[in-house]
Amino acid sequence: MSNDHGSELLRRDPRIEWIARNRLHPLHGTLGVSDEVEVRGPSGLIRKNPHKVGFIGPNGIKRIDRLKGNGATAATGRRSGAQSGPQAVQLPLHSVDIPDFYIVVAPDMVGGRLTSHDKDVIGLAHKLIKGLEDSNPEEKGAVLAVCFGESKEESFDTAGVDRLLLLDGEEYQGYSPEQQLAALVQVEASYQPKHWLFPDSVNGGADLGSRLAARLGERPAVQAWQIDNETIICRGAGGTADITRSTTRLMMLAEECADAIDETRHEALPVELESVPAVIAQLQDQGQVAVDPNAIPLGEAEFILSAGNGIHNWDQFHKAAELLGATEGASRVAVDDGFMPRFRQVGATGTWVTARVYLAVGISGAIQHMQGIGQCDKVIAINTDAGCDMVKAAALSTVGDSEAILSELLTLAQAFRAGQTEGGDQDAA
Amino acid sequence: MPHNLQQTLSVVSLISVGKHPQSGRERRAEQDGRAVELGMTLAADALTVLHAGDPEQQALRSYAGMGLKSIRVLQLDPAEDALAPLGEYLQQNGTDIVLTGVRAESGESSGMMPYQLAEKLGWPIVPRIADITAVNDGVADVLQALPRGQRRALKVRLPFVASVDNAAQEPRQSAFGPASRAAMDALSVSAETDVVRAEWSEAPARKRPKRLKVVKAKTAADRFKAATAKSQGDGGKVMQNEPATEQAQAIFDLLLEEGVLR
Repeated sequence: MSNDHGSELLRRDPRIEWIARNRLHPLHGTLGVSDEVEVRGPSGLIRKNPHKVGFIGPNGIKRIDRLKGNGATAATGRRSGAQSGPQAVQLPLHSVDIPDFYIVVAPDMVGGRLTSHDKDVIGLAHKLIKGLEDSNPEEKGAVLAVCFGESKEESFDTAGVDRLLLLDGEEYQGYSPEQQLAALVQVEASYQPKHWLFPDSVNGGADLGSRLAARLGERPAVQAWQIDNETIICRGAGGTADITRSTTRLMMLAEECADAIDETRHEALPVELESVPAVIAQLQDQGQVAVDPNAIPLGEAEFILSAGNGIHNWDQFHKAAELLGATEGASRVAVDDGFMPRFRQVGATGTWVTARVYLAVGISGAIQHMQGIGQCDKVIAINTDAGCDMVKAAALSTVGDSEAILSELLTLAQAFRAGQTEGGDQDAA
Repeated sequence: MPHNLQQTLSVVSLISVGKHPQSGRERRAEQDGRAVELGMTLAADALTVLHAGDPEQQALRSYAGMGLKSIRVLQLDPAEDALAPLGEYLQQNGTDIVLTGVRAESGESSGMMPYQLAEKLGWPIVPRIADITAVNDGVADVLQALPRGQRRALKVRLPFVASVDNAAQEPRQSAFGPASRAAMDALSVSAETDVVRAEWSEAPARKRPKRLKVVKAKTAADRFKAATAKSQGDGGKVMQNEPATEQAQAIFDLLLEEGVLR
């Protein structure tokens, strides 16, 4: 054919084109008319086939999905999409087969879970790796997370951990900074990481980082908040000055130093460390001391029992707070009526609390109060009104008489405390 | 506070020049003041208050006003590294407990000094203590301050270095008369100049940018929803018609699960 020596020349066959256009032509099916919506036409232009766009809806009418499959509501009406439904999107996997270098992160793991600060630090580690890989594309880096103690975290992969060293042996339980330091020194010897990153937090990150820096003789950057591969900016002089300096090997990072990983999934491959020498602990952990919950400032209390207008038996409320070991809080009404002191008031005009568990008894939830408890993790409501704002915000709400529920709760707490003292006696014996 | 202490306990409180966060005026540093206060309760007259820097510094007088007879000053230039002379001094003078603040209020304020001293001397370091309750047979009972107002009890053998947290006893008031009478006991020492720090540039702290909520919606409908939709709490469990016993049990179980009942 003439196509052999004039391959750029497009030869059009008007008859074939006509058959392809005419869906009623007997030969139409024999032509390989593509099922795709967009085809490259004979002249090289993109042609859209409007007959192929959309799908036939349940009532036989053609529907066009303009949400490109992203609408959650669109999926319900679609016959084909019915079984796919709303499911968790699998993020693309970022894998590093054989890392040429490591950046080690030692997260705080408060309560066995990665904190948002930890996730930011891991995000920063990936930012540093990206910078290093850009300057030297042959070398691939990985983030190694060294976690101490029992871990309840399930999403190391989506947090951005490439390699995971989990040290949860007997010797790492409780407060054991010296043993942890020995393990980190061993990590240093085995992996020679490019950077050491610690969250600069009161939850142990700053302590461990400082210990390692002193041991390795590194000069760390602390309270670093703007970091790239060449320079960092740290807060100095008690937070009143910015120090610009070149990037160090060991860094302790302020909160929100970088964005956490959210678009990729990582391997989180467990790695092992060859023997860590057992250290004779000079600090002996004697356990946490019982503190008077009412001596803890309201703003940093972990567990708050808060009273509002719905409380009538105040003796019972104070007794419940004492038995449960909760810090007392109050709504504005309770304070204005003189039942509670002003410094116990929670909300916009009082204290903004950060409790992990906030138990609100007889508080309907004025907006000023809800602002004040915005940072609480778990809100529990006891209220007579099932439609109030506090019930809407609460993770668990019980609708009923607060006095009855509190008295039942008191019975349970008394039984719990009695069991505790018995158990304590047995331990002592 | 019953301090069961030996007579011969030798305590050194390290002090630095503080800086008022608003006015920037030199003052007694908050945490260092607490370290002096704790040292005074522990050792009374056997307390040595040690500073590395300029003996003419007026802020040192506000420490002296707490009732100190003298302050020992290792005379250094601002650019010189205080670690080596401090370490030597502590080694030579047979110290049991070294108290410092957690972070200085001026300079780099990295909080590394207690750690480096401990590493240099080979002593244990106890970070963020709230109190030293007793010292018996060369072992100290220390209360460590944890976040959320919690405390942890530790036992540590003397000698050790400890940094004092803001949770410790507030420093007593400083009086002008004793402050001006106290002696500044200056020792001239030799130290190396901190060359690394000379390369840094320092500026008043900039306000940190607020983290923006980035909406990663792919379609216009998603963006519209993100911009307009009220963040609905996931509702949670509502127990309306159950008896009070069951409701209380549910609350109690949740408290146990969250680990707030200790």
